Amino acid sequence: MLVDLVQLTIFGLVVGGIFALGAVGVSLLFGILRFANFAHGDMMTLGAYLALVFVGPLALPMWVAFPAALAGTALAAVAIDRALFKRLRRASPVILLISSFGLALILRSLIQIIWGPENIVYWTDIVLPWRLGEIRIRPPHVVMLAVTVALVVALHLFLTRTRIGKAMRAMADDPDLARITGIPTERVILWTWALGGALAAAAGIFLAVDTRLNPLLGWNVLLPVFAAALLGGIGKPYGAIAGGFLLGVAGEVSTLVLDPVYKPAVAFAVIVLVLVYRPTGLFGGR
Amino acid sequence: MTALLEMRAVRGGYGGVDILNGIDLAVREREIVVVIGPNGAGKSTAMKAIFGLVAVREGEIRFKGQDITNMAPERLVPLGLSYVPQERNVFPSLTVQENLELGAYVRRDDAAAELAEVLALFPVLEERRQQAVGTMSGGERQMVAIGRALMTRPELLLLDEPTAGLSPRATELIFERIRAINQKGVAILMVEQNAKQALAFADRAYVLVGGANRYEDSGPAVLAHPEIAEMFLGG
Ligand SMILES: Nc1ncnc2c1ncn2[C@@H]1O[C@H](COP(=O)(O)OP(=O)(O)O)[C@@H](O)[C@H]1O
Ligand SMILES: [Mg+2]
Repeated sequence: MLVDLVQLTIFGLVVGGIFALGAVGVSLLFGILRFANFAHGDMMTLGAYLALVFVGPLALPMWVAFPAALAGTALAAVAIDRALFKRLRRASPVILLISSFGLALILRSLIQIIWGPENIVYWTDIVLPWRLGEIRIRPPHVVMLAVTVALVVALHLFLTRTRIGKAMRAMADDPDLARITGIPTERVILWTWALGGALAAAAGIFLAVDTRLNPLLGWNVLLPVFAAALLGGIGKPYGAIAGGFLLGVAGEVSTLVLDPVYKPAVAFAVIVLVLVYRPTGLFGGR
Repeated sequence: MTALLEMRAVRGGYGGVDILNGIDLAVREREIVVVIGPNGAGKSTAMKAIFGLVAVREGEIRFKGQDITNMAPERLVPLGLSYVPQERNVFPSLTVQENLELGAYVRRDDAAAELAEVLALFPVLEERRQQAVGTMSGGERQMVAIGRALMTRPELLLLDEPTAGLSPRATELIFERIRAINQKGVAILMVEQNAKQALAFADRAYVLVGGANRYEDSGPAVLAHPEIAEMFLGG
């Protein structure tokens, strides 16, 4: 039982890190542009397939492919804002939400047209897990957790030490006051898309390493990613990270008592409970 | 004395409906100008119009002679204009220090001197530098809000009801600090509900009713005006 709990917590942290990386972007974009980006899951998928281009046809090692895919997805996110959302700055949140839903379908279809609908893996070689007593640890999980922690630390330094990072937090707090203060809000929006896109790509790649690549990869985790953002209090990047890890661990540990098919229901239950009892998120807020 | 800010026959509002029906207003260098009027008179809307947040449909607004009608806030701030809105005037999840630093965002240089000046003006903020502003009292938030607006060294500071909801003691302190800011050469355009106290130290005052000018005179003269006194000052 205790062994199971430890084992599941490790899995939960890995999955939670993936949710967290996705949720940061959702949370910041919501804080700054006031809409839930339904295309965020498909941006994760895009990042995962970009990495495939680098490790597959270009035969580059993953440590090169990973940052390249992050940069590529960040650029794609900025391009999407210029082409689509820039025109909708004054539109109502509902219009933005529907547009992002449309964008999600476009991205997913494009990915399917280019790479096909079947499951793909980055590598076919099998890595044996390490054994610590009865606990098994898969080496890729260790790398993923370490990189997730590194990304979270980098994000923290960006948000608290750089001018543009502070401006981003300010704008997520209050976009109108950010304008009044003289903060160049359009530039902050671009940086937010780039940051959200890069972190989404990291989440997508980790998810693909953990499971398999397919065009529904990111869409399938959009619900827990939204739940994590909501749990942390929308517009609060640190809350989103905590929410992601919490939800990942809760989902895995729930399989001790629930059938694993109900794992997605845990995220759904969290959304409902948060909306009913703590609409500003677990960690207080506006 | 030349006019620092001039508003001429300004009409405008939210969407289709005009809230401002031809407002004239001027602030000269180093002046304290107070705007009073009943709730819904358009006082806040007039401030927003100056700051490019409400569309001006007719008339013009000039700052230091330059036409700034409908100019975006991020272009106004570098010209020497700062604005503290009536509500939501701080970044609650950011610390005092971060709120103040962001005030200087438009300046590319180091704003350490300005930060020190603001902290000297509001010494209670010094020991609270690392505290999230959302956890502070109304009076302290107002100090942060005003401090943030001072970080660009503005020539004109727009204050929308800086003492709304504050205790008499905090109100007294904020008014006293506003006068100190003015002493340093910053012109002040301030909307106030605590009209009696504000008019007592105002160089000039405007009374707005229904989005239009009703009356203007020196602060003490407005205070002494029988009709105005009856309308806004509780007889
Ligand atoms: N964001 C807004 N959208 C539409 N109408 C508004 C908005 N803000 C204020 N108003 C309206 O404009 C009028 C003037 O409001 P305001 O300028 O806030 O008055 P004051 O500050 O003098 O109390 C009011 O009738 C108010 O209902
Ligand atoms: Mg008002």
